[in-house]
Amino acid sequence: MAHRVEVAFRPELETADALGRAVRERVRVGLNLDVERVRTVDVYTLDAELAPEELERVAEELLHDPVVQLYSVDPEEPLAKRFEWAWLVEVGYKPGVTDAVGETARAAIRDLLGKDVPVYSSRQYLIAGNLTERDVRHIATDLLANELIERFSIHERSRWEGRFPVVVPKVELKHEPTVEVIPLDRPDEELEALSRERLLALSVDELRAIREHLRAHREERVAVGLPPDPTDCELEALAQNWSEHCKHKIFKALIEYRDEGAGQVERVDGLFETFIRGATERIRRESPYWREALVSVFQDNAGIVKIDDEYHVAFKVETHNSPSALDPYGGALTGIVGVNRDILGVGRGARLLFNTDVLCFAPPDYKKPLPKGLKHPRRVLEGVVRGIEHGGNKSGVPTVNGAIRFDERFLGKPLVYCGTGGILPAYLNAEPLHEKRVEPGDLIVMVGGRIGADGVHGATFSSEALTEQSPTSAVQIGNPFVQKAMADMLLEARDLGLYGAVHDNGAGGLSVSVAELAALGNVGVELHLDRAPLKYPGLDPWQILVSESQERMTLAVPPEKLEAFLELARRRDVEATVLGRFTATGRFHALYEGRTVAYLDVQFLVNGAPRKRLRAVWRRPRRNEPDCPEPRDLGEALHALLGRLNVCSKEAIVRRYDHEVQAATVVKPFTGARDDGPSDAAVLWPLEMQRKGSRRGIVVANGINPSYGDLDPYPMAALAVDEALRNAVAVGANPDKIALLDNFCWSSSDEPERLGQLVRACKALYEYAVAFGTPFISGKDSMYNDFVGELDGRRVKISAPPTILISALGIIEDVGKAVTMDLKEPGNLLYVLGETREELGGSEYLAMKGLVGDQVPHVDASPARERYRRLHRAIQEGLVRACHDCSEGGLGVALAEMAFAGGFGLVVDLRRVPGASAFARDDFLLFSESASRLLVEVRPEHKERFEALFAGTAAAPIGRVVEAPRLRVTGLRGREIIREDVEALKASWRRPLAGI
Amino acid sequence: MRPRVLVLTGYGINTDLEMAYAFERAGARAERVHLNDLISGSVKLHDYEIFVLPGGFSFADDLGAGKVLAERLRAHLMDELCAFIEDGKLVLGVCNGFQALVKLGLLPALAGYGLQEATLTFNDSGRFEDRWVYLEPERDSVCVFTRGLGRIYLPVRHAEGKFVPKDEGVLKRLNAQGQVALRYVDPQGRRAGYPWNPNGSVQNIAGICDPTGRVFGLMPHPEAYVHKYHHPRWTREPVPEEGQGLQIFRNAVRYVSV
Repeated sequence: MAHRVEVAFRPELETADALGRAVRERVRVGLNLDVERVRTVDVYTLDAELAPEELERVAEELLHDPVVQLYSVDPEEPLAKRFEWAWLVEVGYKPGVTDAVGETARAAIRDLLGKDVPVYSSRQYLIAGNLTERDVRHIATDLLANELIERFSIHERSRWEGRFPVVVPKVELKHEPTVEVIPLDRPDEELEALSRERLLALSVDELRAIREHLRAHREERVAVGLPPDPTDCELEALAQNWSEHCKHKIFKALIEYRDEGAGQVERVDGLFETFIRGATERIRRESPYWREALVSVFQDNAGIVKIDDEYHVAFKVETHNSPSALDPYGGALTGIVGVNRDILGVGRGARLLFNTDVLCFAPPDYKKPLPKGLKHPRRVLEGVVRGIEHGGNKSGVPTVNGAIRFDERFLGKPLVYCGTGGILPAYLNAEPLHEKRVEPGDLIVMVGGRIGADGVHGATFSSEALTEQSPTSAVQIGNPFVQKAMADMLLEARDLGLYGAVHDNGAGGLSVSVAELAALGNVGVELHLDRAPLKYPGLDPWQILVSESQERMTLAVPPEKLEAFLELARRRDVEATVLGRFTATGRFHALYEGRTVAYLDVQFLVNGAPRKRLRAVWRRPRRNEPDCPEPRDLGEALHALLGRLNVCSKEAIVRRYDHEVQAATVVKPFTGARDDGPSDAAVLWPLEMQRKGSRRGIVVANGINPSYGDLDPYPMAALAVDEALRNAVAVGANPDKIALLDNFCWSSSDEPERLGQLVRACKALYEYAVAFGTPFISGKDSMYNDFVGELDGRRVKISAPPTILISALGIIEDVGKAVTMDLKEPGNLLYVLGETREELGGSEYLAMKGLVGDQVPHVDASPARERYRRLHRAIQEGLVRACHDCSEGGLGVALAEMAFAGGFGLVVDLRRVPGASAFARDDFLLFSESASRLLVEVRPEHKERFEALFAGTAAAPIGRVVEAPRLRVTGLRGREIIREDVEALKASWRRPLAGI
Repeated sequence: MRPRVLVLTGYGINTDLEMAYAFERAGARAERVHLNDLISGSVKLHDYEIFVLPGGFSFADDLGAGKVLAERLRAHLMDELCAFIEDGKLVLGVCNGFQALVKLGLLPALAGYGLQEATLTFNDSGRFEDRWVYLEPERDSVCVFTRGLGRIYLPVRHAEGKFVPKDEGVLKRLNAQGQVALRYVDPQGRRAGYPWNPNGSVQNIAGICDPTGRVFGLMPHPEAYVHKYHHPRWTREPVPEEGQGLQIFRNAVRYVSV
């Protein structure tokens, strides 16, 4: 018999129920329903026979806080009786969904009673207010529960019978594991159908290649007892290994590219090889610094560069867009713990150092009707932010940098870029730690969580396939607690030299991690799937092989280290299981209960996918330059621009991320007199550096602006590179020691026009990476950010705009020389570096007027690089008191931000801005987003030296810092065009997302 | 001889590295020890002079912050902990470690060790926040960690940091016995509301000690401010090379070194 334990804050302690208060606000603001009060009750369902005194002990000593809470274990006296409410919604997980609270309670009860008691958590929301049943259903489905992973029940007080049913969401799979053979000897249409029905995402070409390969190996298959046709295990393993996600088939394809404007046709022999790796290899050839500093690029889970002779830093950015669309909280959380595993699995494993998160949403105040199946952007934002908060905070990894962009086209799929950096010693006992070692005879050991049906086929399962008693496969929820324990243990094992290689279990699960390790070591595999620890019985072998259940790593452990490794895992309470061994056969041999279920050539499995051939077309859209009158009051325009979602303060969100755990964050997300100015980039001083007395640090920055891509993805890519670099340089990074990561989020990538945009963007990345001398070290692509659904009975397709995120990882030689963006002292001079041109295409200013414009900012790399080098020299010499980059909103926004962050005023004359003479309008000069510009505050005594450094370049003093907190700007005609109180500007900037 | 400090790790504790480093900077020998090694007896608490429960998310805060860690300590190490305190040694809990000490009843321990007399519950703001706060030490506190301390500036990073005593009597005795060690104040040193009191703690209480002054817990993070460059405004204000959090560690090391 199962028992219910209910826990709640005492009725009189209404403020203590923080969750209840938050839900009330979200119902009021998000759903526009008037609720008086929401209280919450935590429910624990204990699925075991327990004596009354045992149950009482669990509730009394473990599950409630005696100072502020009360509990009930009596089914006749539920706590709901003690509260006033009209409606009650109880929300719990569906069977098989990760229930972290339930797991923790189970472990704690084991401590207390010495008994294993499965626990399922759920929560009641007691709602007081005048609502209809329809309203409550709306609250339940659109706010409290996500029906993909959660179940809920609604109770009305007037009809309530005074007790609640006991629900045990236990997975029960009444299924005998089987292995199926899948004949491939069928016509192309049927192959296509097979791929679709089994969610293989394999093309007919690929299925044919598999068929031919297996036929050619008929004899060796017969010898191990397999038919010439693949088993489901084999086909699934191939599908996972060859997936777009794992193999980036579009970036590897042969592309015929037609540039219609230029009338040229060109063959691109792989976008990645040509433009991304091509740029890195050229920089490596040309730069002595990078020859040494590029430790590992594009071959491991993350890119690795040198910090100094003793330490390296690894960096990886992933996307988790589709899962975040389905379950914003679980999707984002899983994205973070997932990319964390990339860093734990790079080389011999790195210590997690920082997270960065760049998010793209539709506006949270979206008011138009939503297509069926989509969540309101406000809810998506809330869930994603909570996922990031928990993902970082609960793992002890500071979230130090990021950005949030808004555009209605992110309604279909939000973009959730999750990045993580880590630090690793260069050597352990003279062995380089950035290299993996896999030898025949090494044991295959899986560490961490157990395998369930969650994450089989990632998020491709449709919701119709789910029933009440079937485990939810569509969505996974990461558990940072389990992963943190595993991460701690792995680093201990690494430092003891207990394993030779490590790889994360992400996409494709074991089928990919084990195969990739084998391919790396040029060895074979003997994998016993029945030995894998499962969350519940009843999984088919192919499911075990490809399940993406979270918090798992695969290791190669030499036999002589196995005992010590397993002993350490036991002492750390981390599950570790030997699943087989690496062999000298070169074959991927999987068995289930001693029977062969897969036997494939490792190289074919990992690298055998035939190359795609694609067509791409580029046609530049022609747009008109804007036709809009110059506003009378530019102060008002500045206020409005500061209040734009793409410009405004994100503090209410970012304060929820722990940005300084590990005591390394020396330039934090917020800076200035009141700690609320927006930093350009993060500066980290890792503990390893502090310990050894080195002042060397790391700079993390990003560049992203999808608005430019609507006009031309070439400048969009160039501007993303430039923005990431100038942010990094602004805080003190050495411009000659910055490495880049590229992350593409594209949509409808089968269309030649979309591919044409992609080719354009890649060409720009090559040109600018080479011109700036900044190599790419890692990257990722997500090529189908489309949503197809229904609105008012019509089919709608929403495609995210092509978006590139460039992340910069820089070295700063002395963190003590880092610079922040807040104005420091009255009397100082303010310089602008770089020329301003009339380039308002894709600008935030035109967007505010509902326009796009035409002329996108052009990045002139050679002078920009020179400017960044001189600025770095000035920073090294201590000449720079503050520095801020100009991006969205141009000079106007940057001036305002520097002023209100510092709490001082600025007096500026626009006529002195380099390039001003070409302008006829103050608003365009003030808000143009020309690239590569920075504002710099300099003390009067450093005037001469600073100007000498920038002699002959586009740089000029345009104003000075004053005590009186007012921003005063003189326009082109010598008239004062802005005179605004700095605090008022700040208020406009802080307002839009303050209540989120 | 440098005193030995045991910094607890494992199960989601996550500020152990910087905590060990802070104690080393203060002149101690700090070792990070996994909870299980302490429970199994392979590491002995009595070999150390200072026992530290650092911050983090032990057991993910799932049944209330610090709760499961407290119960595990109670189940396996309560006698050793009490003996450790009675030996005149020091115990420090920061953030999640403070929450665990309170739920375990080692703080404030008005009626002996082991009974929960207060709690740390959800912030009035209803959310996790990372922000720096000013702290004023109580002049007449018996706490050995805060002796001679002036007003200091440290970050808080928590969702459940609101200090609530069980009843008025507990609050009175805490004050009367000098067990309130630190209070949240505004930059001028006055008791003030949000954001200066970041969580709505009763009487702005940020840190308390037991009646001996040798068991100390606080929500803010002293280990997060040991260098000048940890200060959020070091690029604009004159800030000394040594961070203010370090004084708390120096006090502890000095106390056990005498």
